[in-house]
Formats: sequence, structure tokens, C-alpha cells
Amino acid sequence: MQTVTTTVAGLGMREFTGGSGDPLVMLHHSFGNPGWMPVHEALAAHYTVHALDLPGYGGTEGSERPDWARHPRDLALLVGQWLRAKDLGPVELVGCGFGGWVAAELATMAPEVLKRLILVGAAGLLPENGRIYDQFLVSHSNYVEAAFSSTEAFEAVYPRNGDESEEHPLGDDTLVAWDMNREMTTRVGWKPYMYNRRLRPLLGGVAVPALVVWGESDAVVPMECARAYVEALPDARLEVVPDCGHAVDLEAPESLAAIITGGKS
Amino acid sequence: MFLSYFTEQPMSAYPADEGLKEGFTSVMFSNKYYDPVEGSRLFNERIEEYKLADQVGFDGIMVNEHHNAPFCMQARITVMSSILAAITENAKIVQLGNPLPTYDSPLMFAEEIAMIDMISKGRLISGIVRGAGQESVCLNANPAYNRERFNEAHDLLVKTMTDDGPFSWEGEHFQYRVVNPWARVLQKPHPRIWVPGVFSAETIRWAAQHRYPYISLNTPLHLTGDLWQIYDQAALAVGYEPGPENRGYLLRVHVQEDGDKARDNAREFMWMQGEFTGIGHPYWVSPSGYGSSARRLDYAKMANSQVTGSRAAPFEQQLAAREIVAGTPDEVIAELRVVLETCRPSILMLWGNDGGVNHDDSLRCIELMGTEVLPALRDIGDELGLHDPIELDTPVSLALTPPDELNPIEEAADERPEDTSDSRALKMFR
Repeated sequence: MQTVTTTVAGLGMREFTGGSGDPLVMLHHSFGNPGWMPVHEALAAHYTVHALDLPGYGGTEGSERPDWARHPRDLALLVGQWLRAKDLGPVELVGCGFGGWVAAELATMAPEVLKRLILVGAAGLLPENGRIYDQFLVSHSNYVEAAFSSTEAFEAVYPRNGDESEEHPLGDDTLVAWDMNREMTTRVGWKPYMYNRRLRPLLGGVAVPALVVWGESDAVVPMECARAYVEALPDARLEVVPDCGHAVDLEAPESLAAIITGGKS
Repeated sequence: MFLSYFTEQPMSAYPADEGLKEGFTSVMFSNKYYDPVEGSRLFNERIEEYKLADQVGFDGIMVNEHHNAPFCMQARITVMSSILAAITENAKIVQLGNPLPTYDSPLMFAEEIAMIDMISKGRLISGIVRGAGQESVCLNANPAYNRERFNEAHDLLVKTMTDDGPFSWEGEHFQYRVVNPWARVLQKPHPRIWVPGVFSAETIRWAAQHRYPYISLNTPLHLTGDLWQIYDQAALAVGYEPGPENRGYLLRVHVQEDGDKARDNAREFMWMQGEFTGIGHPYWVSPSGYGSSARRLDYAKMANSQVTGSRAAPFEQQLAAREIVAGTPDEVIAELRVVLETCRPSILMLWGNDGGVNHDDSLRCIELMGTEVLPALRDIGDELGLHDPIELDTPVSLALTPPDELNPIEEAADERPEDTSDSRALKMFR
């Protein structure tokens, strides 16, 4: 794995990259990508994985912030420019949670840069019955924990720092990164919260194959949004991961990698 | 001295135990606990009290605005200002302040204050604030752009008050193809703008750079020296000599003939565990992107701590530190002399009644302030040379100060005191 920064629209955009094979790009949740994770490692056996920090995300070492960006579509445009700058050709694009929304926006504006669209617990559509869990009403840690099916699963990814006497069990770096990421999410996604009414009508034009993956116990984006994506995209199918929360990439990396690779060896 | 009356207009008739049970009394504390019959009574009692404050000689009546919380009943500052414009004769209507960034139409706000200024025959002082983070949450105004929206709304407001229309406005946050309100402020060049705050260094500097008086809201007395140092440095840098006319102070003060009764009533200042902006979570009070990035780690630690932390200092301690002043008129005058000597403001806001202090006691407190405390404070103010901006007829802003009166200097950036932005929000949960 190596860290690569590419300049796009005057901004340094950072990625972790590793593996070999066809390009696969991963876009992270609103709380950011914690690093080169097991899901990246598992996929790197089959692909050249590009785990990209969305502009403005990734903490102090992450991508530079586009102060002008005011909507997830602005981030999608930057990801599109980044793909062209790197000349990656049509890629498989995996978007998780908020990153799934950005991926879906990019798919509607430039389907030709995609070989396949993979949405994992993707935000972006307004649920008709349920509600997308609002991170801005809760603490950072409560929100991230809600993205997992259990506290144990959460702590497996974000371990306590071991010092129980500390006021907070999480490390300073994690807290600062979460807050910087939340600030960027606030800048582009404060309201309407986690959906775009203009996305659904455009999904019909996304002719590339699409895979929609959802954690069975997703408490952040309701399952009805998975079905809405499958209905709206012309060539999509749904895979549900049992006993798993919203952050399938972090909680069940092997399962997600197996679904994406579909038995590819 | 400019002496003003203030009350938060508490919605005291709510089941406080429910708030304590929930662990918070703002943003999400259900309004099922709001009794409009009691609300109606309380509003009308406050109106009677304001009439009395006007009659007994206060120079101003300070009003404010907050949302989704029992600590303050005023959801719209311009509504109460309009009422005051009609029912009072002499007192200035001091808005401290209008939470500009939470308004989606600063132009509509400009129309409202022009109407208030005319109806009140030029008695409006229109303070402006960023609004605590929870106001952004309640009104769904993006907290990460709070400062941008504040600056832009301010610029538009001032231009609307001083320039003839029609003109167009194409900003980042606000766009108008025609700005041409048929309502103009009566006071020329425009009503005074004062800026209240709780010790955000960024806001103190901003106020100083615009030559707007800064009104420190019940910040600890011993810190006011640091506060004015930040202000003065910024003022000197842009070219004017600051003084008491740039300084205001809000203090909780309660007076009764019987000192013990006064101190009993003053305990009501602690009614919400002493947190006068109500009990809330750090991620509501200061959402990500709202505060200074220099304080990010402190904030994130607090926001993610599951302990609520300590609240305000005990009553006796606050009394001893003169953060609350209570007693007979003579006792209060003696205490306030120390406050004036230490803080040297020319603008003093007496926050008279809070929590469950009843209507009769509130009226008596206001009356005693008017007949006994205010005249004494005016004498002390004269003795200490605390002359307010209206008395001195200072320019309303730096932009409207004749350039030949200004003598800007280079500011040594590295000599600035450390940024203390959001110290209130942080302190609250320590």
C-alpha cells in the first residue's frame, strides 16, 4: 500500500492505493476512512484499490478542503476530475454511506467513467417512511457507533485507547479526524440532510451495471433506500448482508469483498 | 453611563424535573411541556415590567432571542422590540442581539428594524450576534457558514440602512435582484450597532475593528481585563483610541428592601443549574465548524464525553465573585461600584429577574433600581469617567468615522492574546 496525492482543481487529493488488477475506487462514509482497512486488503487481491479521501476529508493529513464546495455534487465533480487526471479508464466505483451518495451523483453525471457502480448503505435518497439517522443531533462517537450492529463491532474498528481513566476512551487523532470530517459534511450536507430530490429522476440514465449492498441491521440509512436505488437504476441488484450494520465495509469486510468480487479468483 | 434593564424572559412555568430527567433543556426538550396559558400570563407580566422600567428611568431595555428552550421566551427579537416601540416612551430598545446568521432573509430583517426605529421615534439600538450553535440547529442554518453568513448579512444590513435603493445584492449566501425597502431607519446615519458576546476573541476583535461597543455577557469580572486588552489592541490597530464608551457589561443584579429576600430571589438566577443558556449538549451548543478550529481537540473531547461535566459555580461563590449581585439598594450600589471600577464599562445591563421570581417582586426590584440604584450608578459613572457612546456622540462605526480622525497602526500579529473562542461553550461542560 502507498499514499498518493494527485492535484485536481488546485487541490491535493489523497488516496491509499495497493493491489493489482483492474481499478476499483472506494469512497468512504461521512465520518471518513480510518486508513488502509481489511476491506481494502481483501479487494487488493483482485483489484488495484484506490481508497480515496473525498476532498476536505481525512483529517490533517487528508485531502485539501475545497472551500467553495457546498453540495455533495461538488465532491462528485471533483472525483470525476480526479478519475480523468489519473486516466484510470472506466472503474468499478464503491461508495459507502455518504460516499455512496457521492458515487451515485457521479454516476448520473458521467456514467462513462464507470464500469460498475456499487452502493453500500448509500445515502442520497429521501426515505418515504423511515428517516436517515441525523449525526448532527448526536455526538461523533454515538453516530459512528450507530453505523455498527453492536458496540463490539464498533470497538473492533475503533478500539478504546486502553486507558480507562481517560475522560474519553478514543484517541485524540480519531476525535480530531471525526470532527474535521463532520465539519466538511456540515459544509456540503447540512440540509436537506443526506438526500437530493434531483438524484432519483436521473438514476434512470445510469446504464452501467449496479450492485446495491445493505447491512441487514442498518440503523443509519433505512433499507427502503436500498430498494429505491434498485428500482431507480436500470441494471441493479440487491445483496443484503445478514447481522451487519450500516458500515458493511468496516464491520463485514470479507463478506463485502466476496460480494463485490463475486467469487472472482 | 448607559443603564439598561434586562430579563431573559424565562418560561419558568414548566416542569423543571422533566428537564433534569432528560438531561437537557434545549433543542430537543419537548414543547409538550410548554403551557401557553402560563406563557400568555408571563408575557403580559413582562410587558408590565418593561413599562415600569421605562418609567423609572432606565436608559434602555435590552431584549434578546433564543429558540427551543425554556430559558428564554422570546423567539423573535423584533416582535418584542415592536411592542416596546409602542408601549414605552423614553428607553432605548436594545437588541442584544439579532442572530443574523440564522435569518434566511436579512433584507426582511432590515425592513423590520426600520419600522421599529420609526415607530419608536429613533430609540432603536440594533445589536447583532452569531447566535449560539443551538440556534443554528433549531433554525437549521448551516453552522459551518455561521461566520460567513454573519459577515454578509451585516454588510447587507448596513448598506440597506445607509444607501438609497434600488440596488442588487449578489452574495455567497444572500441574493436579491432588488434591494429597495420602503422603510428607512429614522436615526442617521443608522441606529447604533452593539455586539454582545461571551468572550469569543474572534468576535471581540471583529467588534473592535468595526468600532462597535462590545457587551460582555456576565463573563467573570476578573477576566474583563484580558477581554478589553484584546479589544483595545484591535481598536488601536484600525486607528482609534478605545475607552469605556466601547465597553459594556451585563450582570445579574437583584434588589429588594430586605437584603435576605433579595438574595433568596437571586438564587433563581441558578434556576437552570445556573446555566443561563439552558442545559444542552456540546454538539448543539457548538456544532462542528461553528467554533474556532484552534479548539477542535478540546471541543471534540468534550462532545464525545459521556459525562455531563460540572455546571456553574455554586451561588455563594458567584455572589462572592460578583457574578451575581443581590441585596438592598445600598449593598448593591457598593458591590456595583467595585464592578464599575474593575470593568470600567460605560454601558451596564442590569439583568434583574430570572427563574421563578414573581411579578410583584420583579416590579419592586425594577422600582428600587430606578429610584435608588440608577442615580447612584450615574454619580459613580461620572466620578470614574465612564461616558457612554450616546453621551459622547461617537461615530456609529469605523466605516462612518471621518478618515482624518483615524490613525491606524501595524498590528504585531504574534502579540495577540491566545484565542479563547467559544470558551463559554467549553467551560459549560468542564
